[in-house]
Amino acid sequence: MMKEIYLDNSATTRVFPEAAQLMSEIYLNEYGNPSSMHHMGVIAERRIMEAGNILADILKVNRKNLIYTSCGSESDNLAIIGGAHANARNGKHVITSAIEHPGVSEAFAHLKEEGYEVTVLPVDRYGRVSVSALEEAVRDDTVLVSVMHVNNELGSVQPVEELAAAIKRKNPKTLFHVDAVQSFGKFRINPKRAGIDLLSASGHKIHGPKGVGLLYIADKVRVENLIYGGGQQQGLRSGTENVAGIAGMALAAKMLYDDLDRETERLYGMKKEFISRILQIPGVSVNGIEFGEGAEPLLDPARTAPHIISLSAKDVRAEVLLHALEEKGIYVSAGSACASNRPHISETLTAIGLKKDLLDSTVRVSMSVMTTQEEMNAAADALKELIPFLSRFRRH
Amino acid sequence: MQYQSFLIKYAEIAIKGKNRHIFEDALVKQIKIALRKVEGTFSVTREYGRMFVSAQGDYDYDEAVEALKHVFGIVGICPVEVSDVDAPDKLKEKAVSFFGREYPDTDKSFKVHVRRLDKRYPLDSQQLNAMIGEAILEAYPSTHVDVHEPDIMLQVEIREKVYFYSHVIPGPGGLPVGSGGKAMLCLSGGIDSPVAGYMIAKRGIKLDAVYFNAPPYTSERALQKVIDLAAVIAKYTGPIYLHNINFTAIQMYIYEKCPHDELTIHMRRYMMRIAERLARDNECGAIITGESVGQVASQTMASLQATNEVCTLPVFRPLIGFDKEEIITVSKKIGTYETSILPYEDCCTIFVAKHPVTKPNVDVIRRHEKNLSEDIDRLFEEAIATDEVIIVGKEDVRQMA
Repeated sequence: MMKEIYLDNSATTRVFPEAAQLMSEIYLNEYGNPSSMHHMGVIAERRIMEAGNILADILKVNRKNLIYTSCGSESDNLAIIGGAHANARNGKHVITSAIEHPGVSEAFAHLKEEGYEVTVLPVDRYGRVSVSALEEAVRDDTVLVSVMHVNNELGSVQPVEELAAAIKRKNPKTLFHVDAVQSFGKFRINPKRAGIDLLSASGHKIHGPKGVGLLYIADKVRVENLIYGGGQQQGLRSGTENVAGIAGMALAAKMLYDDLDRETERLYGMKKEFISRILQIPGVSVNGIEFGEGAEPLLDPARTAPHIISLSAKDVRAEVLLHALEEKGIYVSAGSACASNRPHISETLTAIGLKKDLLDSTVRVSMSVMTTQEEMNAAADALKELIPFLSRFRRH
Repeated sequence: MQYQSFLIKYAEIAIKGKNRHIFEDALVKQIKIALRKVEGTFSVTREYGRMFVSAQGDYDYDEAVEALKHVFGIVGICPVEVSDVDAPDKLKEKAVSFFGREYPDTDKSFKVHVRRLDKRYPLDSQQLNAMIGEAILEAYPSTHVDVHEPDIMLQVEIREKVYFYSHVIPGPGGLPVGSGGKAMLCLSGGIDSPVAGYMIAKRGIKLDAVYFNAPPYTSERALQKVIDLAAVIAKYTGPIYLHNINFTAIQMYIYEKCPHDELTIHMRRYMMRIAERLARDNECGAIITGESVGQVASQTMASLQATNEVCTLPVFRPLIGFDKEEIITVSKKIGTYETSILPYEDCCTIFVAKHPVTKPNVDVIRRHEKNLSEDIDRLFEEAIATDEVIIVGKEDVRQMA
């Protein structure tokens, strides 16, 4: 069996062995319900507190401002639907961008059905929202704005601090939610300083477990609960806490942030090298990246994330390229793998104005701290071999 | 009311003369296969012109009926109450109480139909009809007799035992699988081929199936979809041996050597050849396809002629005269539709030309096929060598009495 080269880290990641071990320990030995009054409950509760301390430290916030959910999508839903409902008296207008993850865009679709007015901001060809366009869109009755930090398909970075400032200038009551699922673990995020009211993250994108998500809720921000039950987590998210998942997520986050600067530099280096290599393949283009005068990729951390590369190969269908790479043990995704196996035209790629004939020819390569330079070179070589071959066989 | 037995009605197979035992044996076998997955222990017995399924102890009635509804050859499934052969008075009482339990407080019309196969029984059918009918009228005065169009038909059969029944649950009809030999179904992931397989299996033919896989153009999920479809058909036919053939190399070779508007025709000619080889190697007497004349370019009469001429085994095309809507109706009825419409690419659509030939000239096709002569025999054998057999529908077997 060949060793896999896993380059679909924006879909999900391999759990850090340390996190898996910690979780196993909790599952087997510290399995109490954190709400129980006895010792077993106390040590389980302590695990959550410790995890909260770690995560709060990373985000520079207070532990009590963190809510644990089952996934990034639940965090998005709780922030957007719960945030809009709890503040409905401020108005029924909400704003989002054209390139959000379905966890956000579908929550807005739900609000629209409930009678909210939804403004969808366009993005430029690099997948970025305009600060002035957002400022113009915010009104007196705008109750909530949601813009993602890092786009999952392109890796484009939104100027969230500037967006926050623009929103608050126009309407201090408007809540600002940021889906940070793709950026948590890659960027230092300080929601309090940035003026972010609500921020979502997820465990399994950062080498933590699936089935656990995080939502930061700023002081004095009211959110209505979506789940009714035993009143855990200040009533905002009833249900017995996923103790092992929360602890695993926190440990994984700590491991990433302890080594963040070095790893970030390494990832940008690999991204730059990879882009240069694949651009030598005839018919290949890279999306959402700006290039300098010498045609070198400009990888400004304020504009593009270190781990995601979106590439299009003319006359090669993404799904075919994906399976051909798979035969070599290399795993990537076609468009956004997060959404299910239903082949659909990516709204993000459409929004950046990607040429129609490339929409179905775009794959995403996404790295993590576990990715090595050798793996990226092997992937680039595989693309160099496969793309010219596959482009010979096309539909007429 | 909990029944312990079912009377199985089978019409067509009863008239097959000397071959009758072949059909009956096949039916018994298929019933046993179908009941393996049902909770409970069952026995299948035969009496002249009748077949009985009896459950020993507790069993799941709904599951059992559902399983029997999937057995080709069964025309009707009648839940029966079985009792010993009693004297007429006792028999009458039992008939009345059966009726009462089945139809409490009914005001519907009824008719009694007694069949006396044991001619030694003291009263004849006419006398028994009258006697039981009167007793029911007396016990349930709100009912009335209608001998022409009764709402309720109370059947009483006197054999070695006495059988009471009034419900007939329709079976699928047809002939028991296996009584007519075996054929090779060309199974794609689409709507048509599973229906074609179902229809031929319904005529008593056991199915093997072949699927043409084309990685990297088709995915693992496309194969899983075909396995899932085969599993639905296997509920009717029993286990299916699914041959998974890697067709990529042949497909690409054709792409490079033949005019692109003829690709589908050349491809299908090779699929037919492979299907025929697999059919012969696996004791199949025919090939089954889901083709319907005129449905797409590769299924015009001229195209069918071009793909048909490469094999000598008969090719069964049960859907040949069906409209798409009619095929979809059957597909929904047999339970393959939901799976068929899952959107995974199958190998027939990968390189499909925008304007494929609709009236291929067989001579031209043959001539262009010569372009393949250098490597095609080797690629053909290599494709046959990729044959991976997946046995579908065999899991979940419970103990049979």
